[in-house]
Amino acid sequence: MNRRLFLSSLALAPSLAAAAGATLIKNAKILTVTKGRVDGSLLIRDGRIAALGAEVLAPADAVTIDAGGGYLMPGIVDCHAHVGADAINEGTISVSSMVRIEDVLAPDDVQIYRGLAAGVTTSNVLHGSANTIGGQCSVVKMRWGRSAAQMVFAGARPGIKFALGENVKRAGGGTNLGAALRYPATRMGVEDVVREAFNEARAYQRQRDEYQTRVAKGERVLPPRRDWKLDPLVEVLEGKRLVHAHCYRSDEILMLLRAAEEFGFRIRTLQHGLEAYKVAKEIAKHGAGVSTFADSWSYKIEAYDAIPYNAALCLRAGVLTSLNTDAPVTQQRHLLQDAAKTLRYGQLTDDEALSLITINPARQLMIDDRVGSLEVGKDADIVLTDKHPLSLYAKVQKVFIDGEMFFNREQDARERAERAARRQALIEKLKPAAPPAQKKGAR
Amino acid sequence: MTKLLGSILLLAVAGVAQPPGAGVFAIRGAHIHPASGPALPNANVVVRNGLIEAVGPNVPIPPEAFVVEGAGLQVYPGLIDALSTWGLPAATGRAATPANAAPSPATPAVLERSIQTLEDGGPEERPSNSSWVRAADLLDPRQAALTAARNAGYTTAIGFPSGNVFSGQGSAYNVAGARSRQMVIADGIGQMITFPVRGFGGGFPGSLMGIIAYIRQIYSDVDHYRASQALYAKDPRGLPRPPYDRALDGVIASPRLLLPAGRLAEIDRMIRFGQELKQPLVLYGGAEAFRGAPLLAAAKVPMLINLRWPEAERDGDPFVKDSLRVLETRDLAPTGPAALAKAGVKFAFYSGGVERPADLRKAIKKAVDAGLSKDEALRALTLYPAQIFGLDNRLGSLEPGKIANLTVIAGDLFDDRAKLKFTVIDGVKYEPAPETAPETNR
Repeated sequence: MNRRLFLSSLALAPSLAAAAGATLIKNAKILTVTKGRVDGSLLIRDGRIAALGAEVLAPADAVTIDAGGGYLMPGIVDCHAHVGADAINEGTISVSSMVRIEDVLAPDDVQIYRGLAAGVTTSNVLHGSANTIGGQCSVVKMRWGRSAAQMVFAGARPGIKFALGENVKRAGGGTNLGAALRYPATRMGVEDVVREAFNEARAYQRQRDEYQTRVAKGERVLPPRRDWKLDPLVEVLEGKRLVHAHCYRSDEILMLLRAAEEFGFRIRTLQHGLEAYKVAKEIAKHGAGVSTFADSWSYKIEAYDAIPYNAALCLRAGVLTSLNTDAPVTQQRHLLQDAAKTLRYGQLTDDEALSLITINPARQLMIDDRVGSLEVGKDADIVLTDKHPLSLYAKVQKVFIDGEMFFNREQDARERAERAARRQALIEKLKPAAPPAQKKGAR
Repeated sequence: MTKLLGSILLLAVAGVAQPPGAGVFAIRGAHIHPASGPALPNANVVVRNGLIEAVGPNVPIPPEAFVVEGAGLQVYPGLIDALSTWGLPAATGRAATPANAAPSPATPAVLERSIQTLEDGGPEERPSNSSWVRAADLLDPRQAALTAARNAGYTTAIGFPSGNVFSGQGSAYNVAGARSRQMVIADGIGQMITFPVRGFGGGFPGSLMGIIAYIRQIYSDVDHYRASQALYAKDPRGLPRPPYDRALDGVIASPRLLLPAGRLAEIDRMIRFGQELKQPLVLYGGAEAFRGAPLLAAAKVPMLINLRWPEAERDGDPFVKDSLRVLETRDLAPTGPAALAKAGVKFAFYSGGVERPADLRKAIKKAVDAGLSKDEALRALTLYPAQIFGLDNRLGSLEPGKIANLTVIAGDLFDDRAKLKFTVIDGVKYEPAPETAPETNR
């Protein structure tokens, strides 16, 4: 097998640095996010952060990387992305809770590498917003070059996507010419779909329980049919599955919180939640988080009242708040700048700003025991930047996931010319023998 | 008299099919490739009553046999198209027609009745499911594609209905015969899954993940159906009657599952999905088999290779820049079969998107030029497809007792300029014939 094929082969892609063994990153300004700044070194061992401080004792065989006075920060967690999947929307029905992003993870999607180059190490890959109750999400680590199974963030709490508002009510009708109209067409209908679905889930839950009871009594009874649509909704009712709800307007936010409370479960995050600042107290009381854009106001009718102070206002009201991308709708490479915007719009501190893209989204996804800050014992998901990461001039230099280097700016730059040459050579080689004649005015 | 009768029968060629097993027939002194063993440079093959009677260098030729002199001829087992639509109507599922379009006139009435009347409801219904439909029942012996297939050296097709998520059950049939029931070798040999991704407008499931979820629900329903039926069969008294469900019956009747997989990510995904469903699995597509060979080998899953090698879309957007990976796939796809052979993966070739059977040998030659040995290439056209579908006790090699399907070429099969001399199907000789019948099912 030649080297080119080897490099581009997904299952066999070599890592840039081995995970096993120890790596010492020295001469760095370490932004832990949760425990202030430490100038010194960070030791990675067996994929975890083993030590960090001004002086760190490293084993003799540790690989040493000189950060050159650059900054280390925790790998960025994007609580809302649509990267690395071969399908995003099952938009044919209003409740598609049976579909799973994990079934269609696409480790060959170049968006993963782009996110990685932006310092993103974990993404919550969500179903789209075409329907009220969408599909099951997948929390992934951005392990570019690995298989789908190796992308999955093992142990992350399962989640499900809900969506409210414009996208839901126009999908399946309106501009989709020739398509059958799909209920609901109004925000009232959206609420009804949520209630209907959970009524159905409750009935299903009762049916299952009743079966168990009757079997326990020794009765001869047909087992109930397993319903893959209702199973995840029962998990929501039981608090085992996190709800990430796409929403914009304050009225629909309140509607959803009340509907959830009526059925005895909590909304884990309000995704986008551009008007969350209007009802931040109510959101905090419910216990939901908000994962929002840094700005993006007025890009659609329901985003009319969005303000760039949203994140700061929510944070100050005691809401667990993060910034997200909707990538590839907006780019993950904007996340650092998006965080920096909250310094200007809301006067957040550096650590607060960084927490919006690290520890807070990790808490929202309930993976903060593993990622989101630089602390001993956590996964070695680490980003090295040359300048302070909130500076407009900062560039991501190296990215580690579980101690393995998955992005190296120098190496990427070095290999660019070679990749371009290979591409050009292949284009020449694959050219049809006699190209069809150019048609004039065919554009 | 027998000899004379045999001669008359065997001389009557060109699409005039006779009952299988007519007469005794031999090729003398040819270069014979049995596929099950090494080539025999100067050997005879004897065919009687539609079956191979003897193969070998010194096999006596019965006096009553009609004899073809084999000098300059190479004899191969009849070529098998491992996943075919030859002789079948065009795709019949919802994917083929937009939701509100008039039914295609090419769709036979039998399928109109069996499929179009299905209610397309939510996931509780059985949309895009014609699992009970058998290719054998759809076979049309008049189709010109069958003549074209014979002219290209093929004697057998493993045909599947297509177009639905659960498209139906495959059948193995010979590509010659007056009546379809005489052509069929075996039916119900696998369930064909396709992924008709249709977006939002056409009812559930419309996306890849919707289709996967739907298949998962169906297999879960199969378990429930079986458990309910078993309980009911034991003693029906006091129990609600399990409903009759032909969609589930069709799935239950299928001994293996065919899933599509082109890219490495898809090969990986479908192997894991098949393992989750606990179904014997065959993958088809294989554009990135050169990348996926180790995965297939580890999972012991056979791969059917589409002979339409990936290429740039003919009328593609000239401003779209193909990624390096896509370009590499186009360049290296024909190396896939060699990689599979090296990794020990069972594989077979299928006509796929190659419209003209006449172009198939050229496509196969690409794989040979890319490193596949001729022996392996031959087996991927004969013995391996027979093994993959459990038919190697009757098909796929030149061995006594097997069905007398032969492909005879004036030269090397893998020299695409060497001309097909004739094929023998069920012991009947077919010379290349004009492909005259109107071809409506392209």
